[in-house]
Amino acid sequence: MALIATQSLTKQYNGRVTALSDLTLRVEPGIIGLVGANGAGKSTLIKILLGLLPPTSGQARVLELDPTTQAEQVRARVGYMPEHEALPPDMAAAEFVTHMGRISGLPRATARERASEALRHVGLYEERYRQIGGYSTGMKQRVKLAQALVHDPDLLLLDEPTNGLDPAGRDAMLNLVQRIGTEFGIAVLVCSHLLGEVERICDHLVAIDGGRLLRSDAVSAMTTSRDVLAVEVSEGTDELVTQLDKLGLAPQRDGRLVLVPLADETTYDRILTAVAELDLPLHRLDRRRHRVAELFTTKEAVGGRA
Amino acid sequence: MAAPEQATPTGVIHDIGYQRYSGPRLGRGYATRSLYEHGLRSSFGLGRSAKAKIFPWLVVGIAGLVAAVLVAIRAQTGAVPLTYDQFPQQLSLLTIFFCAIVAPELVSRDLKSGVLPLYFSRPISRTDYALAKLGALGSAVFLLLAGPLLLMFIGAAFTLKGGPGKIWDEFVDFLGGAAYCAIYAILFSAIAILVASLIGRRAVAAGAVVAVFLLTTPVVGVLSVLPSETSRQLAGLASPLTLVGGVGDWLFGQGAAGEDNFGIGTYGPLYGLVTVLLAAACVLGLLARYRKVAR
Repeated sequence: MALIATQSLTKQYNGRVTALSDLTLRVEPGIIGLVGANGAGKSTLIKILLGLLPPTSGQARVLELDPTTQAEQVRARVGYMPEHEALPPDMAAAEFVTHMGRISGLPRATARERASEALRHVGLYEERYRQIGGYSTGMKQRVKLAQALVHDPDLLLLDEPTNGLDPAGRDAMLNLVQRIGTEFGIAVLVCSHLLGEVERICDHLVAIDGGRLLRSDAVSAMTTSRDVLAVEVSEGTDELVTQLDKLGLAPQRDGRLVLVPLADETTYDRILTAVAELDLPLHRLDRRRHRVAELFTTKEAVGGRA
Repeated sequence: MAAPEQATPTGVIHDIGYQRYSGPRLGRGYATRSLYEHGLRSSFGLGRSAKAKIFPWLVVGIAGLVAAVLVAIRAQTGAVPLTYDQFPQQLSLLTIFFCAIVAPELVSRDLKSGVLPLYFSRPISRTDYALAKLGALGSAVFLLLAGPLLLMFIGAAFTLKGGPGKIWDEFVDFLGGAAYCAIYAILFSAIAILVASLIGRRAVAAGAVVAVFLLTTPVVGVLSVLPSETSRQLAGLASPLTLVGGVGDWLFGQGAAGEDNFGIGTYGPLYGLVTVLLAAACVLGLLARYRKVAR
């Protein structure tokens, strides 16, 4: 089953501003990261998926439903956490989440029960009868997440869930999102303008820029083939490159670093041997993980030239 | 409060993990009703802080007190100082203040807090939202006016002499009064909700609601002193307050208590028509407003 599928999706505002341009993608259930700079079209895409905005052209399908004609059914099965402040300050969190549960169609007693549960899962059990106005930013983000979770959706749309949080708060929020995606079994689309933040928790990454698709791929497919070793020597970098080239390791100069693709575990030894033979002072040798950001920038640069 | 003997053991303290939900999901109609109910409760400050309860209940208290005094006077002296249709007219100023406090509470608050995207990402539509809020305020205003009216009727029914026939006549009068309360409720709430839905700050919205109702009264004053009989009789159309008053005069006969209250002449049907058109225009305006907001 495709979780989200779009076909040549285009959205123009007032016929002039293009927010999305010919976007075609297909993702399976899991934790999906939607990354792009501010104004790349992430929020527009979410609004189209929720049936809040009609696309100018092209089609979208969410959970096998068409949001333009079956908006009500889509929204009943999707939970949405908006980017901006969206909570009434003069209500207790438990009461607000219960209310939102009822608006999602939960019977009264069930709504109350599930609201408590949702707040417990986001880590706000003790404080749930306090007014939201007195909450910290981190707690407010958790209430926003709880209200999106209360009706047990099949898909969560999270728009910049780490907005305004300190580093510890960001980590906690990301861990929570990861738990929802893995333990709770709810598919998650998490938007962020920070690639480094979401790549850690996502199975699949979709990158858009200026409303166009840069790349949509499984995270595993992006990282495995691209692990590299970074070697730094205090002097004799050129000699090292020549030596490694002779060994067929395809080294690349990157400033003071030499980057060597990691073919297998023997690559380490071969580099160390080469360094020892040349008698160079080795500064560091480490493995670079998750070069996803680099992939996107490379791809973008290629796209820009084309 | 929830029944203590709930089927699910909510009191058990151990982490049972996340539970998927497979029970019924009630649709849009239920969601709209829930929103309406929530709005009606918040109109009287229920489920809100103590501070939010002060003003609505003060107004309810005054209306109730007026009704109680009227019942007492009638029981003691047999005189009827205010008939069922005059009661909402006399309380119209109080009704305006009630609308000015409650309408911003219902809609401006949601605008300010940014909660609308959370509603609109759920099964209810923008129109459902607007109508639920309008219905909540309309019902609250109706309860505010018709509640004391019911008190007056019950009081009268217990003190009336002359058998069931008299009580039936009294009941018919009461129904007329209640219908008149409904007209007040519909028009006043439609205007107040529309005005409040345009303004995010509650205090400003409250001021604007009062302004729309009261700043139009000097126009009525000016028109009614012009040396033309027609302009005097049509003056009431210029303000919602006198407009509904004129409708009352038309429907319940001018001067039930012996005087011509609003002096509408033979223009009664016009007052009725303008009331309907104004209410309809406000509702359409409200729906148009919510088609645009929080996109």
